[in-house]
Amino acid sequence: MEALLQALVNGLLSGSLIAVPAVGFTAIFAILRYPSFAIAGYVSVGAFAGWWVNTRFGFGAPLALLAAFVAGGLTGLVCEQGLLRRLMPSGALTVAIASIAVNLVLENVLRFFFGNDLRGFDLPIRPDLILGGIFIGVQQLWNLLLAVVVVGAVFGFLMFTRFGRAMRAVADNPDLARLKGIDPSRIAAIAVMLGAGLAGAGGVLLGLDTSIDPMTGYRVLLSVFAAAVLGGLGSIPGAVVGALALGLAEELSLLVVPATYRTAVGFVAILLILTFRPRGLLGERAA
Amino acid sequence: MLSYLLFSITIGGVYALLALALNLAWGSAGLVNLGLAGFFGIGAYATALATGAGLPVALGLGIAMLAGVLAGLMVTGMTLRLRDDYLAIVTLGFGEVVRLVALNERWLTNGADGLSGIAAPGKAALGTAGFNWAWCIGVSLVVLLVALLLRRLDAGPFGRALRAVREDQELAAFAGKPVLRLKLQAFALSAAIAALAGALYAHYQSYISPDHFQPLITIYIFLAVTAGGLGRPLGAVLGAYAVVAFLEGTRFLAAEVPGIEPVQVAALREALVGLSLLLVLHLRPRGVLPERIPAAPKVSA
Repeated sequence: MEALLQALVNGLLSGSLIAVPAVGFTAIFAILRYPSFAIAGYVSVGAFAGWWVNTRFGFGAPLALLAAFVAGGLTGLVCEQGLLRRLMPSGALTVAIASIAVNLVLENVLRFFFGNDLRGFDLPIRPDLILGGIFIGVQQLWNLLLAVVVVGAVFGFLMFTRFGRAMRAVADNPDLARLKGIDPSRIAAIAVMLGAGLAGAGGVLLGLDTSIDPMTGYRVLLSVFAAAVLGGLGSIPGAVVGALALGLAEELSLLVVPATYRTAVGFVAILLILTFRPRGLLGERAA
Repeated sequence: MLSYLLFSITIGGVYALLALALNLAWGSAGLVNLGLAGFFGIGAYATALATGAGLPVALGLGIAMLAGVLAGLMVTGMTLRLRDDYLAIVTLGFGEVVRLVALNERWLTNGADGLSGIAAPGKAALGTAGFNWAWCIGVSLVVLLVALLLRRLDAGPFGRALRAVREDQELAAFAGKPVLRLKLQAFALSAAIAALAGALYAHYQSYISPDHFQPLITIYIFLAVTAGGLGRPLGAVLGAYAVVAFLEGTRFLAAEVPGIEPVQVAALREALVGLSLLLVLHLRPRGVLPERIPAAPKVSA
């Protein structure tokens, strides 16, 4: 029973970390209609940006998150506008493959300057809380709180600002949105900044949880995809629900399979959901 | 130097087989396979285990291809009905899972240490130099054979039906083409060729480990196929040899850059691969040998 509760707590904590980049991924998909593999690169770039301001200037987690959001968002904007946008006429799949190449370049730029070593954030170490026999990391709780704040800010942006409403209109029906005078390229730029920025912020959260290296983003790529597909590609509330569900599924499966197969859970989740409910928990049509 | 050249040509041949596999699935049928390295690995492990258990090498190659077909059917059976981008995500996951299994199931694959002492036919009889020559020629012949076979297939009714599916599957279905079956056949055949490449690689190297099946290989092959010309078997083969030449060339070039660490050299080379793929997609999106699509016969009014 305690093991089960512990798994539930751990699942929610780790799921909340994946939720941030998953929302970023699905936001880009909702507007630009291609799965961006470069999201892994944005996660790593953000992680290093946050780590840099943290260890160089001693900034705490909130400012590191902000730096990561800006660094990830700008990197995403440059890559999207400079490298990916022009390939749109060749189809979504071509852009997706180009985004793999972008990811490879970003990852290796980081590797060139920082090497392959694992790096940790410079934060005070806090002992775990023990509540009724359940261990809860204080840093993990902070990360959960930060993730909730970030995702909440995104919802606020989408619901209550002009750009947010325009973004939802484009995601819903691009032609109708254009008729209403919404400039699609401007919305695309905002979506990429937002999506890649969230990916970057997610990188810092992941780094606060453990450590970072140039492969940080690639390692969570499958989980991010799984969360987005679980929730329904293109659905932002879906990505949050999907990430939490995935976190729970990963932790619960660890009760029966070895921990090394953790990433495989995401793959199995994708296969199951595509077989039984292809549009995801909260998503649109997939066929 | 000669043996290095022979080695590079043999590895080029293995890559060419992978490129032919990808070209069949992606170029002809429009089915993207980001788990190519996984199918490559399955072929390698299948034959290593089969011949390790005492079966002859020829049978091992057959088992490898069969394993590839089964894995291909398994992965695509559930997702072919869905949009193409889902297949991209699923195959990427598949490739990772293959690597995870190879890393963790020590009883079967010996984990990260890999399998060594895989039967290398001809090594004892021919000596090292003779072995290198024989394998270089042998693998090149296999590449030629598969390429010719695929070219025939491509030009025939099967290839035309696949391209119809790729361009507009609803229209193809409307015209009476069995869309799902065509896709499954193309993907399974492609997986078999990739597994064959892995099997040949395993016997040639006589050592395999999960490190040999990094997702990076899949990217190399995407570069080969896009550079050579998507939808043209010959282009895929040329592209694969070009990529191996490029990889080996950058190895020497990177060694010339003064004052950088080995890890930086590796990073530069990988970044160059990514940049080249982007460059090809931007400048020659249809490759050096573009696909030939015969014009429809004119209807006189």
